[in-house]
Amino acid sequence: MNNDRINGIFNKYQGQAGSLIRVMMEIQEEEHWLSREILVKISEKLEVPLSRVLRIATYYKSFSVTPKGRHEIQICTGTACHIRGAQSVLDTVQDLIGIKPGETDLDQKFSLETVNCQGSCTCGPMIKIDQVTQSRLSSAQIADLLKKYD
Amino acid sequence: MTRINSAAELEELRQGILSKKDPDKPSIAICAGLSCLGLGNGTIISAFKEEINKQSLESKIDIVTTGCHGFCEKGPIVVINPEEICYLEVKPEDVPEIISQTVIEKKVIDRLVYTDPNSGEKATHMAEIPFYKNQMRVLLGNNSKINPKCIDDYLMIGGYSALAKALFEMSPVQVLEEVKIANLRGRGGGGFPAGRKWETTRNAPNEEKYVIVNAHEGEPGAYMDRALFQANPHSVLEGLIIGAYAIGSHQGFIYTRHDTPELRKNLDIALAQAEEYGLLGENILGSGFNFKVEVHFDVGIFVSGESSALMRSIEGKAPEPKPKYIRTSVNGIWDRPSNLNNVETWANVPQIISKGSEWYNSIGTDRSKGTKLISLSGHVCNSTIVEVPMGTSLKEIVYDFGGGIPNGKRLKAIHLGGPMGGTIPESLIDNPLDFDVLAKLGASMGAGDILVMDEGTCLVELARYFIDFLSGESCGKCVPCREGIRQMQNILTNMTKGKGREGDIELMEELAEVMGAAALCSLGRSVQNPLLSMLRYFRDEFEAHVKEKRCPAHSCKEAAIEGV
Repeated sequence: MNNDRINGIFNKYQGQAGSLIRVMMEIQEEEHWLSREILVKISEKLEVPLSRVLRIATYYKSFSVTPKGRHEIQICTGTACHIRGAQSVLDTVQDLIGIKPGETDLDQKFSLETVNCQGSCTCGPMIKIDQVTQSRLSSAQIADLLKKYD
Repeated sequence: MTRINSAAELEELRQGILSKKDPDKPSIAICAGLSCLGLGNGTIISAFKEEINKQSLESKIDIVTTGCHGFCEKGPIVVINPEEICYLEVKPEDVPEIISQTVIEKKVIDRLVYTDPNSGEKATHMAEIPFYKNQMRVLLGNNSKINPKCIDDYLMIGGYSALAKALFEMSPVQVLEEVKIANLRGRGGGGFPAGRKWETTRNAPNEEKYVIVNAHEGEPGAYMDRALFQANPHSVLEGLIIGAYAIGSHQGFIYTRHDTPELRKNLDIALAQAEEYGLLGENILGSGFNFKVEVHFDVGIFVSGESSALMRSIEGKAPEPKPKYIRTSVNGIWDRPSNLNNVETWANVPQIISKGSEWYNSIGTDRSKGTKLISLSGHVCNSTIVEVPMGTSLKEIVYDFGGGIPNGKRLKAIHLGGPMGGTIPESLIDNPLDFDVLAKLGASMGAGDILVMDEGTCLVELARYFIDFLSGESCGKCVPCREGIRQMQNILTNMTKGKGREGDIELMEELAEVMGAAALCSLGRSVQNPLLSMLRYFRDEFEAHVKEKRCPAHSCKEAAIEGV
């Protein structure tokens, strides 16, 4: 855990209950997930009941309460990607790495999730790996692409 | 940066910026919109920087990373100014040639310019490309000219003069009246008159009032707001400040998505720069008007674009809608009057104030005024963002701007307004882009996203897709929405698998009726819209799935296997 960065976030928003979602978002961006320990700390620092912190953490899809893999794969399943074959891209990725959306593999190499429209419909079907967009993918290209990551 | 204390100082600053600018200095505008970014413009930007560095031309050539130019299909797009030479589908290996040939020698590189797919005619300048030429780019036109990270660029093109006009030449009521006469209607989906909404909040009995930019844009296939906001954040901000002045609000909120880093960066910079110039904060431009803005983020759920849910989220709570016995414009964030408009609506405000409601009323149809941003996606040659006057025919949008249907296929239908919109068949695409005309056809305009579908698309499958999407997005608070969606999802999934039963269609219609009447918020009440519009125009396709276990579009494979 990068304590300096996390403490920086806490110092900025200390006692501001209204900034709960923003604080959780900033910490998740640093840590890629929200541990129980962190959630308790958020509750204390922002003076928000832990029950509300937990509720927000489990309500939004972008928050993860389990650790993520080293590489995060996001597959866009927006309408345009869908009718351009996002499902077959998703099936191929699932076959290759052996996990379903929302899961992380045992080696903690990949995490997989589906995301809503990313606003670059001309790139569809598209996936993002570690925030880098891969455009107009065919199922055949995916195996080569995933080999680049370790 | 020094604070600007009056309208005269603002003009002085503008003239100063203009006089310092050398109009002949070459500048390379590289589109950094979301699509161009996805198509690899990052490497193009570094290639340009590297090449300019290598030739030690830093002081002679400017590089500007701009927001979306709109012609996303042909990205990455590079525009060489001041000549406005437009290069499409640029690759890193083209960069040295662009610098030496075009920027220095002023020669056009033929292979990189636009070629008309039908006539083979070339177009060198941005304004000559039919895609741009035939649009009316009131809101998007400046995207390729300004650096979104630099407020001076916005000032250079006349930015914040509408704000100065509103603050010093008009009373809040006059501003409100102007927007009302302009007949500006909300661009987020409802098409509700913005002026009337403002008036409700202005007259609501509470001193503390809020104004909010809805930049949530959760509809799949809608990406015009992100493009506009990222490319020209100040145009939205200026509209918001003018609106706050008219309404009597001193606190604004921007609610946007967390997953668009480039937009977040531009927005943070825009707010900081506006504050430094005294265009935000205390005593704006020395007028005595105070206004601040906070940014809040959606972290990934569709329902938080709904007004009452969005406001709960700004309060730091879970974004669940609440019953609107009293409208949010009267009882919103922390039970105070809160006026919510979407990005495009706010961006229209400075235009109306500077050019007047008469000008605005001269564009569009009888009851839908101004221009509209449209994002095209799906089975269309150009997945792009276009800005056209209201009243433009849907056919023109799909064929002239979208370039028609790829792979020689036939158009089957278009879908407007995402998972809460509606589908209309090919036979009706001569209809104009107009809030009321589209509503009568059973397809709301939504945010302006048009999904184009060719003959190979199965509408039962699409209905299933939308319901499937919404099943994950419903907040679950009210039973009609939560359970209704689940039942519809089961029925539609069965249909696509060839397991539909007699009476399924009627059962879904009944469910739709109950949800439309009983769900808590507009999400639950509009879930059935796509389905109902599809049943209206393509009922036979649903019947074929149920009665004959057959998919007429040959798309549902499991249905076809058992089929005739």
